[in-house]
Amino acid sequence: MKTRGLYFSSYVLWLIFFVLAPVALILYQSFIGINGHFTIDNYENFFKVSAYLQMTFNSVLYAALITLITLLVSYPTAYFLTKTKYKQLWLMLVILPTWINILLKAYAFIGIFSQSGPANNFLEWIGLGSHQLLFTNASFMLVAAYIQLPFMILPIFNAIDDLDESLINVSHDLGANGFQTFWNVTFPLTLNGIKSGVQVVFIPSLSLFMLTRLIGGNKVITLGTAIEENFLVTQDWGMGSTIGVILIVTMILIMFLTGEKKRRRR
Amino acid sequence: MNNKKGHIGRNIYLVFVFLVLYLPIFYLIFYSFNSSGGMNHFSHFTWNNYKEIWADQRLILITVQTFFLAFLSSLLATIIGTSGALGIYSVKNRQIRTLILGLNNILLVSPDVIIGSSFLIFFTVLGINLGFTSVLLSHIAFSIPIVVLMVLPKLQEMNSSFINAAQDLGANQWEILKGVILPTITPGIIAGYFMAFTYSLDDFAVTFFVTGNGFETLSVEIYSRARQGISLEINALSALMFLFSLVLVIGYYFISRDSPKTNRREKKMHQDLIR
Repeated sequence: MKTRGLYFSSYVLWLIFFVLAPVALILYQSFIGINGHFTIDNYENFFKVSAYLQMTFNSVLYAALITLITLLVSYPTAYFLTKTKYKQLWLMLVILPTWINILLKAYAFIGIFSQSGPANNFLEWIGLGSHQLLFTNASFMLVAAYIQLPFMILPIFNAIDDLDESLINVSHDLGANGFQTFWNVTFPLTLNGIKSGVQVVFIPSLSLFMLTRLIGGNKVITLGTAIEENFLVTQDWGMGSTIGVILIVTMILIMFLTGEKKRRRR
Repeated sequence: MNNKKGHIGRNIYLVFVFLVLYLPIFYLIFYSFNSSGGMNHFSHFTWNNYKEIWADQRLILITVQTFFLAFLSSLLATIIGTSGALGIYSVKNRQIRTLILGLNNILLVSPDVIIGSSFLIFFTVLGINLGFTSVLLSHIAFSIPIVVLMVLPKLQEMNSSFINAAQDLGANQWEILKGVILPTITPGIIAGYFMAFTYSLDDFAVTFFVTGNGFETLSVEIYSRARQGISLEINALSALMFLFSLVLVIGYYFISRDSPKTNRREKKMHQDLIR
């Protein structure tokens, strides 16, 4: 295959310059202090200053809550969708909102959660009175969950849809009731769908800085916001890269926890 | 009887989920026709917000720039990604192949802030000015892996006896590529181009990091306007973008339903891809 070199060169250049080099650079930059020298100060700071640790912990906690909310809504949705007629059409309609720019969706919630917006009108109507909804951590989590919802439904839908119907029938024939069948057959066999859903929701939830800026108020409450703050506001790239490395490590941990052992086979 | 009740509960739940998914979008679009300035009180119907977009030179320029960027970056990403897929396909060593595919997927799973910040360091080290060039290079870079993932399965599905037959009939490498391989993988290439195009249109975070003052995309513009509060011009813009996404989705739907056989594989691949 003489032509292989020709095909490949542009792609290999991309791998070197836009995949390997940036990873290496962010790792290198994380060891550069404010004065421009090679140092481990950034890491020392990160683990000594309680604000950083607190922020990291909160970010992981928020991401976990966002993932939990989307999972709880998505599983029944995916399950019911597989039972409908024209399920592929309904699935398309679930995916359609993901094609709409995330900033427009966030912007919609600026209106919905505003002082006299529909959310507050609803709260007043059911007698709870109006509240400050915008710029709270709760509203950040709800909007993030809203945006991530389709990404959770999709893999779970595929997992349930791929499930062999005869297994369910066998389970019923052997005398299991609906719940037993679900818990012992359906749920374990669709666990991989849940895992990939958790992965695609959890990781972006750590880093959605535009949502925390627009909806969560101007607080630094996620790893992503902290990175943006350091890179684009305070211009401390060293510290920003250090938090970036922490984010990458967290991401790898999550992928390890939600990865499938089965995949090795391929 | 019991079954019937279950159906009703099921449908109510699904209706609720679809309402949650779509109400915010329709809420935006609804108020784009509002004549008073906010998103709380609808006074009366007007097209004024749309006319405002039409009169807004800056916004139109940014829209044109955004689409130009998307067309160009996805075209280049499709070329490089397709060559990459052909290259990966020709690597026979399984371990090397897995390694390359692993590297290929790094940008797909990385959070946007990581891509954005590491590219920012990269461009600064190389001395590339932040602006159109850096944004274009970034968009090409993060679109390549999805093209590879769209094209590679088509290559693997290809019947290799066609290639052998072509070889036996005396075709050279280039003729095989042009006459046998490319026609077979065209649906994958088109799907890859589509995905790359939407990736580019949708991106905010990476662009936000690597763009200087001179170049703006719609996402960045919407972000800076939204930070200043509500302006119904954005609502009108979102209505137009919603219509455009609808057209894209329908287009993509017709492309991807070409052959029912590949649909299943693609679904599987989508799953692999987001893992």
